[in-house]
Amino acid sequence: MKKESWKELTLGTINLDAGNSVKNLTGTWRSGKKPQFIEERCIQCFFCWLYCPHFAIEVDGDKVRGINYDYCTGCGICSVECPTKEKAIVMVKEEVKLFEERAK
Amino acid sequence: MAKLKDLAAIEDRLVAGHGMCIGCGIPLIFKVILRATEDPLIIANATGCLEVCTTIFPRTSWNVTWVHSAFENAASTISGIEVMYKALKKKGRIPKDKRFKFLGVGGDGGTYDIGLQALSGAVERGHDIVYVCYDNNVYANTGGQRSSATPIGASATTSPAGTQSPGKIQRRKDLTKVLVAHNIPYVAQASPHRWQDLYNKAKKAFEVEGPAFLNVLCLCPTEWKYDESLGIRLAHMAVDTCVWPLYEVENGKYKINYKPKEKKPVLEWIKTQGRFRHLFKEKNAWVLEEFQKQVDQDWEELNKLESL
Ligand SMILES: Cc1ncc(C[n+]2csc(CCOP(=O)(O)OP(=O)(O)O)c2C)c(N)n1
Ligand code: SF4
Ligand code: SF4
Ligand code: SF4
Ligand SMILES: [Mg+2]
Repeated sequence: MKKESWKELTLGTINLDAGNSVKNLTGTWRSGKKPQFIEERCIQCFFCWLYCPHFAIEVDGDKVRGINYDYCTGCGICSVECPTKEKAIVMVKEEVKLFEERAK
Repeated sequence: MAKLKDLAAIEDRLVAGHGMCIGCGIPLIFKVILRATEDPLIIANATGCLEVCTTIFPRTSWNVTWVHSAFENAASTISGIEVMYKALKKKGRIPKDKRFKFLGVGGDGGTYDIGLQALSGAVERGHDIVYVCYDNNVYANTGGQRSSATPIGASATTSPAGTQSPGKIQRRKDLTKVLVAHNIPYVAQASPHRWQDLYNKAKKAFEVEGPAFLNVLCLCPTEWKYDESLGIRLAHMAVDTCVWPLYEVENGKYKINYKPKEKKPVLEWIKTQGRFRHLFKEKNAWVLEEFQKQVDQDWEELNKLESL
């Protein structure tokens, strides 16, 4: 990203590019574990959507469809709060060390 | 009654890519509150985790008109904005019948402490605003200093537990009651795990004419030091121990929105949080006892107030 100096700032540092933080991929923070969505077990209660702090639950129409790993930070709240007997979201080990990948 | 599916279908006003911690409770609160009105929103946000983490230059996580405010004056900023819109309507620069909602937001530091004067003034003047305090019991953004919302016994960097100290020794300020004392139309306390209750309260707050205040419990794994996957479990516990009662005061009338079937001991609330770890030492037993006493007193008083 090009560094900007104060001379290039808009007056009053107004940012007209609403919601442009979607370019920050918080998924790169994950370390070691990630949620896995198992659609057959899902009862579409939407709790995972509600409680995900990083807006990483993918919704398609009126259905939860999976996890957006670009943003998922691996906190595990979705899995803990998933109410099905056999959880429709389970935390699994993630081999890829995104942080190390990034450092390369 | 709103359904989660329907809420999910509404476009996010706070979006992905923000920098709040893994497992942070702030987004859960605003995901619900920002959906409780369909009108255009203008937000003034006191500095703190939400403000800083959503507006790291050159990005913003806000999909609505949003103004940075200093630590101490989000309530003044939003009241000024509300008056400006009134003036613009009077001058005919904005259609008279166009509706807007004005929302002030701050953490407990920015609301219970340094922003209290601004908030008190704003609601006393009767602006048509909603003010939401997300109370994580600590100055989280600057590394965990105690605030007047920090409960007794919690360790914070400016009330550290150690050989000479059991953590914070003062009782926490009951800000919700302070707002009730302003005799404004609507005051409520909520928690993100009871989303329907939070949604209803936010809706009422936006709908009443005049000032409304919401105090919402905010989970903070970083400063409370707990396993970040268990935040919502912890919110249940805050309410089931009556450490954080859910209630509302509409035109002076108290209503408790949730009464635990079995009131759990405060111990159940503190035991999974590192900030209270030292309370399990023999010499600090009195602090936990005192904590329990305060919670019992407050709960009893609240029940009395409800029966009036
Ligand atoms: C007048 C002033 N004093 C101190 C600060 C530094 N400061 C920024 S955020 C913050 C703490 C905010 O605490 P709180 O309102 O509880 O929000 P949280 O960080 O917990 O979200 C402090 C002390 C400041 N910005 N302005
Ligand atoms: S692990 Fe956390 S960030 Fe990832 S999808 Fe679940 S709740 Fe969201
Ligand atoms: S919490 Fe579980 S059951 Fe509910 S929508 Fe999410 S994955 Fe499906
Ligand atoms: S310090 Fe606490 S409140 Fe602040 S972003 Fe992190 S978890 Fe959220
Ligand atoms: Mg705080």
